[in-house]
Amino acid sequence: MEGLGRLMKKYTDTGKKDTRSGFGDGLTELGKKNKDVVALCADLTGSLKMDEFKDNHPERFFQVGIAEANMIGIAAGMTIGGKIPFTGTFANFSTGRVYDQIRQSIAYSGKNVKICASHAGITLGEDGATHQILEDIGLMKMLPGMTVINTCDYNQTKAATIAIADFEGPVYLRFGRPKVANFTPADQNFQIGKAVQLQEGIDVTIIATGHLVWEALQAAETLNENGITADVINIHTIKPLDDEAILKSVKKTGCVITAEEHNFLGGLGESVARVLATHHPAPQEFVATQDTFGESGTPEQLMDKYGLNASAIVNAVKKVIARK
Amino acid sequence: MADYKALEDLVVQVRRDILRQVHKVNSGHPGGSLGCTEFFVALYNELMERNENFTMNGIGEDLFFLSNGHISPVFYSVLARAGYFPVEELNTFRLLNSRLQGHPTTHEGLPGVRIASGSLGQGISASIGAALTKKLNKDKHLIYTLCGDGELQEGQNWEAIMYAAGNNVDNLIVTVDLNGQQIDGATKNVLPLGNLKAKFKAFGWDVMDIEKGNDLKAIVSGMKKAKEKTGNGKPVCVLLHTVMGNGVDFMMHTHDWHGKAPNDQQLETALSQNPVTLGDY
Repeated sequence: MEGLGRLMKKYTDTGKKDTRSGFGDGLTELGKKNKDVVALCADLTGSLKMDEFKDNHPERFFQVGIAEANMIGIAAGMTIGGKIPFTGTFANFSTGRVYDQIRQSIAYSGKNVKICASHAGITLGEDGATHQILEDIGLMKMLPGMTVINTCDYNQTKAATIAIADFEGPVYLRFGRPKVANFTPADQNFQIGKAVQLQEGIDVTIIATGHLVWEALQAAETLNENGITADVINIHTIKPLDDEAILKSVKKTGCVITAEEHNFLGGLGESVARVLATHHPAPQEFVATQDTFGESGTPEQLMDKYGLNASAIVNAVKKVIARK
Repeated sequence: MADYKALEDLVVQVRRDILRQVHKVNSGHPGGSLGCTEFFVALYNELMERNENFTMNGIGEDLFFLSNGHISPVFYSVLARAGYFPVEELNTFRLLNSRLQGHPTTHEGLPGVRIASGSLGQGISASIGAALTKKLNKDKHLIYTLCGDGELQEGQNWEAIMYAAGNNVDNLIVTVDLNGQQIDGATKNVLPLGNLKAKFKAFGWDVMDIEKGNDLKAIVSGMKKAKEKTGNGKPVCVLLHTVMGNGVDFMMHTHDWHGKAPNDQQLETALSQNPVTLGDY
């Protein structure tokens, strides 16, 4: 895009895809290459895109029924003897519903379980607030030893799914339901805990995670047309956080926007604020939900109503630059 | 044929270990520990096939999971006296920087413990997981689990009980410590468990009783029968009828000593009823 600002990196949406399909396809690939990978699902095999793994490896697929607490416990037990369990259900039922089971049987026990959570955030859509969760990042990042990953598109979710099998320790992998832009490289080398710099700028840092990463790129283009250049950073790993990448950028730009499909309490934004408060205080604005439950609606309507899109990011940038 | 004299001596020594552990730190759970002492001694010394060196994965050996983690004093004593760690370490029970946490955990790397427990209702699920992995690994060994009776009030157990039967997890023996007591009183007064035997049966388990749950011979023969029931398509449940506080007269048949340590005088009385056999730590 021709703008008033500097030349930007170009990102192309290669066709809208859901991140949960990235998980399903990643799991299929893992099933073929790692015999220790087992998968468990609580009656949402289709929604989690786990059918292919199930068909390819029925002996390594465990349907536990609508019993998430038991699923978490079984997964923890299956690690004893060397299996690498991947559990699949909605984010709400992967976290809040089974928090104590995760806490004691997985996190405190240091078990190598991958908790894979689809339909995270508000973009679950029409089912409404009972099924949407905007608190899960906070819940999971507070657990000692838990790695928390929130991927931004199909390709990244697939790469992350494959990568976490080789990582020893409990992981929470968060992804979503709607079809969104697929723009990261298919052959990316997914590195847990390593931020991805998507755009270079000098006026503001935009740190985004999950579905908000694409929105951040759109916002950066709009800003560029207005002569504001933004560092855009994709934080797929919220814990451990890439403090170095954040500090390097904010030291250059002097202000930051965090953008996430999550409550502003307990999310990525607060993690970034902690890093800045400790090492390099700077003005920050939070693009996130404002301590509220979601509601029914289409994903686009909800992202608009709750201020979780490119235009919300642009507005937040203007606000934060004024505070510099 | 088991050497019952040796096992009896171990039981008495383990009772002393339990009492001395909780007395020293004035905290812990002697009642349930004493009630399950004979079971633990029989399990670790007569029933389970165990490898010499502890590994988390426990390939090629039977595994034990304690769901009601608060009876850690008996677990620790039996593990130590089976050689998993030095018996002197029982001195550190519940102290700062100890591997012998109030409730068992893998966090401090204590050999013999494979998962944290204490928050109740999670042990059967974890045991099922370990049992499924045994099957995937073509490892013919068994999973033994102990849970409390009051603990069965936690709903997760029934998810697990339904799963195990529905999926033929038949390399699993879950023993229920049926002492009829919980913190607030008798289970029948707190929340009646109803007919547990009928419940397990209705869920599709092979269920049996060990009526004399504090009798070593009855435990050994009963658990051997339970072992024979494995591998037949059904998970096995043993209802172990125990007396809370067994072996110390004033601690028996009451929930009062669920989570209370004896004072100096009470300890002396309790120990006098269980004279040293193998030697105190």
